[in-house]
Amino acid sequence: MPETPLLKLENIGKDYFGTRVLSGVSFSLNKGEILGLVGENGAGKSTLMNILFGMPVIAGTGGYEGSIIIDGQKTEFKSPFDALEAGVGMVHQEFSLIPGFTAAENILLNREELNRSPLEQIFSERVSTLNRPVMNARASKAIKTLGVDIGVDTIASEMPVGYKQFVEIAREIDRTATRLLVLDEPTAVLTETESRILLDALRKLAEGGIAIVFISHRLHEIIELCDKLVVLRDGKVVREAPAKTSSLREIAAWMVGRQVDSRSGARRPEPRSPELEDLALSVENLWVDMPGETVRDVSFTVRKGEIFGIGGLAGQGKLGIPNGVMGLFPAGGKVTLFGKPVKLGAPRGALDSGMAFVSEDRRGVGLLLSERIDWNITFTAMQVQNRFLKPLLGGFLLLRDDAAIAREAQSYIESLEIKCTGPGQRAVELSGGNQQKICLAKAFVLRPGLLLICEPTRGIDVGAKELVLNTLRHHNEEYGTTIVVTSSELEELRSVCDRVAIVGEGRIAGILPASSPAEEFAILMMGKTGQKQGSGSDVH
Amino acid sequence: MMPTKNGFTNFIAGSAVPIIFILISAAAIPLSGFSATYLVQELLIRIGRNSFLILSLLIPIMAGMGLNFGMVLGAMAGQIGLIFVSDWSIVGIPGIVLAMIIGTPVAVALGFLCGSVLNRAKGQEMVTSYILGFFINGVYQLVVLYFMGWLIPIGNPTLVLSRGYGIRNAVSLMGMRTILDKLIPLEIGPLSIGAFHMDAVTIPAATYLVIAVFCFFILWFRRTKLGQDMRAIGQDRVVADSAGIPVDRTRVIAIVISTVLACYGQVIYLQNMGTLNTYNSHDQAGMFSIAALLIGGASVSRAGIGNVFLGVVLFHLMFIVAPMAGKNLMGQAQIGEYFRVFVSYGIIALALVLHAWKRHRDRMEVRGALRDSQKTGKGAE
Repeated sequence: MPETPLLKLENIGKDYFGTRVLSGVSFSLNKGEILGLVGENGAGKSTLMNILFGMPVIAGTGGYEGSIIIDGQKTEFKSPFDALEAGVGMVHQEFSLIPGFTAAENILLNREELNRSPLEQIFSERVSTLNRPVMNARASKAIKTLGVDIGVDTIASEMPVGYKQFVEIAREIDRTATRLLVLDEPTAVLTETESRILLDALRKLAEGGIAIVFISHRLHEIIELCDKLVVLRDGKVVREAPAKTSSLREIAAWMVGRQVDSRSGARRPEPRSPELEDLALSVENLWVDMPGETVRDVSFTVRKGEIFGIGGLAGQGKLGIPNGVMGLFPAGGKVTLFGKPVKLGAPRGALDSGMAFVSEDRRGVGLLLSERIDWNITFTAMQVQNRFLKPLLGGFLLLRDDAAIAREAQSYIESLEIKCTGPGQRAVELSGGNQQKICLAKAFVLRPGLLLICEPTRGIDVGAKELVLNTLRHHNEEYGTTIVVTSSELEELRSVCDRVAIVGEGRIAGILPASSPAEEFAILMMGKTGQKQGSGSDVH
Repeated sequence: MMPTKNGFTNFIAGSAVPIIFILISAAAIPLSGFSATYLVQELLIRIGRNSFLILSLLIPIMAGMGLNFGMVLGAMAGQIGLIFVSDWSIVGIPGIVLAMIIGTPVAVALGFLCGSVLNRAKGQEMVTSYILGFFINGVYQLVVLYFMGWLIPIGNPTLVLSRGYGIRNAVSLMGMRTILDKLIPLEIGPLSIGAFHMDAVTIPAATYLVIAVFCFFILWFRRTKLGQDMRAIGQDRVVADSAGIPVDRTRVIAIVISTVLACYGQVIYLQNMGTLNTYNSHDQAGMFSIAALLIGGASVSRAGIGNVFLGVVLFHLMFIVAPMAGKNLMGQAQIGEYFRVFVSYGIIALALVLHAWKRHRDRMEVRGALRDSQKTGKGAE
């Protein structure tokens, strides 16, 4: 193209403490163009946007490589305010509205129109009063540009979710300087109709000359809206293509296109045995209020002896399911374990009914960090099952049986290859992988009928990963323990599970056998709008 | 949309405290046997005496910093001003004005200190400012009890303890007593409406004028950019910060304004009392002002000028009638004194519990909305 691109990224790279998250990312964007940015979780989208927006976290972790060129000029933003100055506006995933303010007050937040007063000569302009009529006029102009009808006096906390998103975008539009608008998952919280209005509004903005970077997991929206799309995978641009001619399936394949088959050898042999027909866990209409991982309506069943996977993108609610079943967050619905109903909202009840839980929050929920390894391993068993205790005065007092505890801990240290100085070492001193093994040991000690595991390999190195997964397989085969694994790593789920459920927007998008091709999973994860939600029953 | 039942519950929950106090007063007034004239006159005086102090609490609440227990710092600053003015034997309006002028830099410094500390204790402003009040009280005592008359020259021997340094326990402010209150003489009545009869009462008009000016200041302040920024910070600090509002600086300004106004409030309060209890006067200024504001229906996160005046009337009405009602009922006046301290602490505790309860209920409502949207979401498909 003859004209200078509005935004040009050249060889952007970034590593966090030795872990490379971006390398050699280059693309350009012209005035009035809409670029769709897609990629799995952890592909580097957020990091890229943080670099573009000058977020302090980037400079705080050693800056980035490569250059950002705006209007042919190399720029480096020291803070988000520099980026705003240069005309880069960003609408974040989380709402940033003041709840008690009106739409107009929110749109003009910290850019209010003021009545000039002589007092500002003495103090600062902060003592001038607000000029409400002019503010309202400016706000309603910005809202009109979007083609929606929101009263400028509507209080933010009383708006439907969709309106909030529009108000945020209106805020960026009101900045006359805004030339490049970055939208991070703007439609994630919108209804179908609202999304449609938003896409129309964005198209209108682009016609007006504003360039837009649109990040979304809903691939059909990307195809519909964008001029071109950039696919990120493992920190690299794997594909730059015109959006209109790409198909959903193609994009999904680009996103997940790892060497999928190289690991197929690790996959479990097909499950077998008649007792598999018995139900271990059945979940009906579960909702969980876990911040950031809201579960809206989930139903599925797990058979005895099965390893069941729960996958999906971050924030869609997959972690909410095991946390809700365990009773760690407010939840409702019907959960049955081995034919008996489980009372929700009571972790003790869940433990008593024979469940064990390995939390994704290893250091917060999983471990007593400053305590010894052996106490960590046996703590729950002691509390819930009265084991590792010896009676005194005919059972009037129960004392800790240190010898039994040490014996048990030692056996797990050996079988799980926990690297430590002995059962007496404090948990905080171990590496992430070894801490995770302690969490597993703690769950195994309970001899659970059902084991719920969240993010079993998060933050641990490759060797330890394999060991943790093998331990799960082994435990499942040897003791027939039913296991529900929740993980963001699809490949991991496919290698260890019998069936995998994909969660999207707080609901089950579909349940597939682990041997299904990776694209099938990717399509479930991305945008399944338009198709009926699969409930657990149709895949059995 | 809003179900009326919910609206009614909200109203009751929001006004429970004032309603309880109206009921208590309604029962206690006949028991006390006070005449209408006496009650009205007492109330008029107490409104003038206390309103300014209570008004100084409004701005930190607006900035989301809760009830500013640190206002006692301002009260101490005002007292330091009054001690100097008494030493120099300046009386009348000039004395009052000079005491405020001397107190101002002290209050600004203490407010700045308090604000800076509170910026390091975000989310725990109330307990931090409360304990900070105790700490600064220690510093105040050091200065007044040991430095004054030793490091800081105090000429007037009637102010100084017999040992040669330190200020006496009671400082007479006779030269200033009710000077402001009586600056503009105004008397109304007698008044007779049906069975209600009241003899003439005097109104401390000049004090009321000062309070009115202050109220207009607050109304104006709310409309300024600074006031808007404070409201934004009060509702969501993170969002305000990301919009480029200087959060820490604005919070310090809120506390400094509150402290300086509390300083003026204490000077007005003491000119009406006519005596300065050097080591006690400031102690209860914070507690009683906060209790009065809360009785007026304010909450930790929401307070207006209306709450101030409703609170000061209800709280002090109870103060006046409770001892007498207690005496007539139980034969002991002390029960009323006991009652007022008991009520002050009780009402603050209640307000804090209500605040936590309301936050919990708001969360439950959000959760309910979550399930509702799930249902409507289903319907749309």
